[in-house]
Amino acid sequence: MREIVLAARDVRRDYPVVGEPVHAVRGISLDVAAGDWVAVVGPSGCGKSTLLNLLGAIDRPTAGSISIRGKDVARMNDAEATRFRLTGIGFVFQRFYLMPTLTASENVELPMSEAKVPRAQRVARARELLTYVGLGARADHRPYQLSGGEQQRVAIARALANQPALLLADEPTGELDARTGTEMIALFDRLNRDGTTIVTVTHDEELAQAARRVVHMKDGAIVDQVVRRPLGDDAPAARGATA
Amino acid sequence: MMLRLALATLSRRRARTALTTAGVAVAAAMLLDMVMLGSGMRESFRGFIEQQGFQIRLTPRGTMPFDSEATVGGGAALVQAVSADPDVVKVAPLIGSKIFSRVTAASTSANTPPSGADSVVAAFVLGVVPAVQGDYLIVEGRELAAPDEMVVNASYLAATGFAVGDTVQIAAGYDAQMRRFAGTRTVRIVARARFVMLGGTERAAALPLETVQAMGGPERADRVSVVMVATRPGADIETVRLRLEAADARVSALSTAAALKFVDERLGYFRQLAFILATVSLAVGFLLVTTLVTVSVNERIGEIAVMRAIGVARWRIVAQVMAEGVALSLVGATIGLGLGLITAKWLNGILAAFPGLPAAFDFFYFEPAAAFRSLGLLVLCGIAAGVWPAWRAATLPIAKTLREEAVA
Repeated sequence: MREIVLAARDVRRDYPVVGEPVHAVRGISLDVAAGDWVAVVGPSGCGKSTLLNLLGAIDRPTAGSISIRGKDVARMNDAEATRFRLTGIGFVFQRFYLMPTLTASENVELPMSEAKVPRAQRVARARELLTYVGLGARADHRPYQLSGGEQQRVAIARALANQPALLLADEPTGELDARTGTEMIALFDRLNRDGTTIVTVTHDEELAQAARRVVHMKDGAIVDQVVRRPLGDDAPAARGATA
Repeated sequence: MMLRLALATLSRRRARTALTTAGVAVAAAMLLDMVMLGSGMRESFRGFIEQQGFQIRLTPRGTMPFDSEATVGGGAALVQAVSADPDVVKVAPLIGSKIFSRVTAASTSANTPPSGADSVVAAFVLGVVPAVQGDYLIVEGRELAAPDEMVVNASYLAATGFAVGDTVQIAAGYDAQMRRFAGTRTVRIVARARFVMLGGTERAAALPLETVQAMGGPERADRVSVVMVATRPGADIETVRLRLEAADARVSALSTAAALKFVDERLGYFRQLAFILATVSLAVGFLLVTTLVTVSVNERIGEIAVMRAIGVARWRIVAQVMAEGVALSLVGATIGLGLGLITAKWLNGILAAFPGLPAAFDFFYFEPAAAFRSLGLLVLCGIAAGVWPAWRAATLPIAKTLREEAVA
């Protein structure tokens, strides 16, 4: 029996738009076991990103509970949630959001610096992670010297810096061309096969097909779930998944 | 790493940062100049008073030294009475008046009289006791040693064409219509001197006290304008002052502190203006830093939201944004310090050329503690300027900001 890393129960998120309440997430329950890779898909505005923000403790549910590794993130105060995001969750964003004034290595070091990891250790781990994502030789490059795909790899390395329990990715291939997107999917697949638990929100069919489980959302609710590869099946998922 | 990030953010928009820093530097320079100006005249005046070496001045009741032409009779007795005070170590009576110098081609030694032949040059004259005087410093020549000797300043020499060593004719009065002199005397110029309290362009001379009194006829016999009093070290100046004032109802006794207070009152508007301009400088510095930091935060709103999302604490964001304000203020204040000193020197040169001001009078007085206090205040303003944009950055709703950034 695998550990349940993430357990969401009847999660709701309402917010007002021009005075009218919008029910962005309507009573979602979801379990994610260690080593799983869940892709959340659905039409624009169906609440995928809102759900991801709630799971990542950067937004609070109106009702329901979200437990990550046994900690109820919905009831954490700002300081606790911030600390939890730092050490417990890795974020990958569609637009990479690297710090433009820092090198690739320094970008990866940033969360470790915040977590008070000694300098020597964080420099070594940043190099190790950049090598893992295939950018060992570009550690001293700044974001503007890197392609979109390379920037997203740095962002993934940054997300993994503090060895989080869960990697959350919001449209990670959304800004990439098809070829680079495929390479990114292969990288996610490798990460997952190496033990990283991943939840991705995506419109990218190819990325969704690579996940172990696909969750379909519509109007703020889960309408379908498909297990494509059960946990324990470590065969490469996507075509050309050889990042 | 946060400090590095703050500095890197500033260097990201070099031209904008440089312009803002220049603006802060100008504000800092103006602030420094206003602080220097606020205390400069007072400190200059204090320097002059202290340079003379007297702590108390006795003047005709209700007047300030040389504020009017009022004099006190019985000068010798007054000096004797004051000298008898156990706390008094030196007494220097003075009389201020005018002399008229007759300038002819024959009367000059080498130079042609600048005002033309047979002209009359008026000058302010001090009657002094040479052994105790503190009103002039000899630049060339020697101190007065006889009743018919005279010390003059460079302006007098320039106006008359006389030189040190010349024997000249002077008078206590001159009727321009009748071209008639009164109270004439032939004296020898024995020195060129710098008169402490007089402007560089003002013509001035000094004669022995009894000579000036005698030249004025019976009206000026044994009269004095001011009696300068030096007290023994350790004496309570205020007590001595009150004692001297009580001893003779005809005189007012003015201490250095009272003289400075008088100057303070006279310079009140000047100081207020300096204070207002200094406040404006601080406000300008504050607004410049606030504007730049706010613009910088607005540009990086997505980055800041991501930093919060990946677990950077609020206070670290606040510290990073405020560090930008502090760095701008510190660099601006440091440049402003140099700029302020340069502009103060330049402005001092312009203002010191005003007629009637002592030659060495400084409008801008550099007092390191006050200068650093004011620049410290500017840096504090820089810190305060970063508070609002920093707090705004730190309290951004992360999810909403990321969503809006994605849409943008």
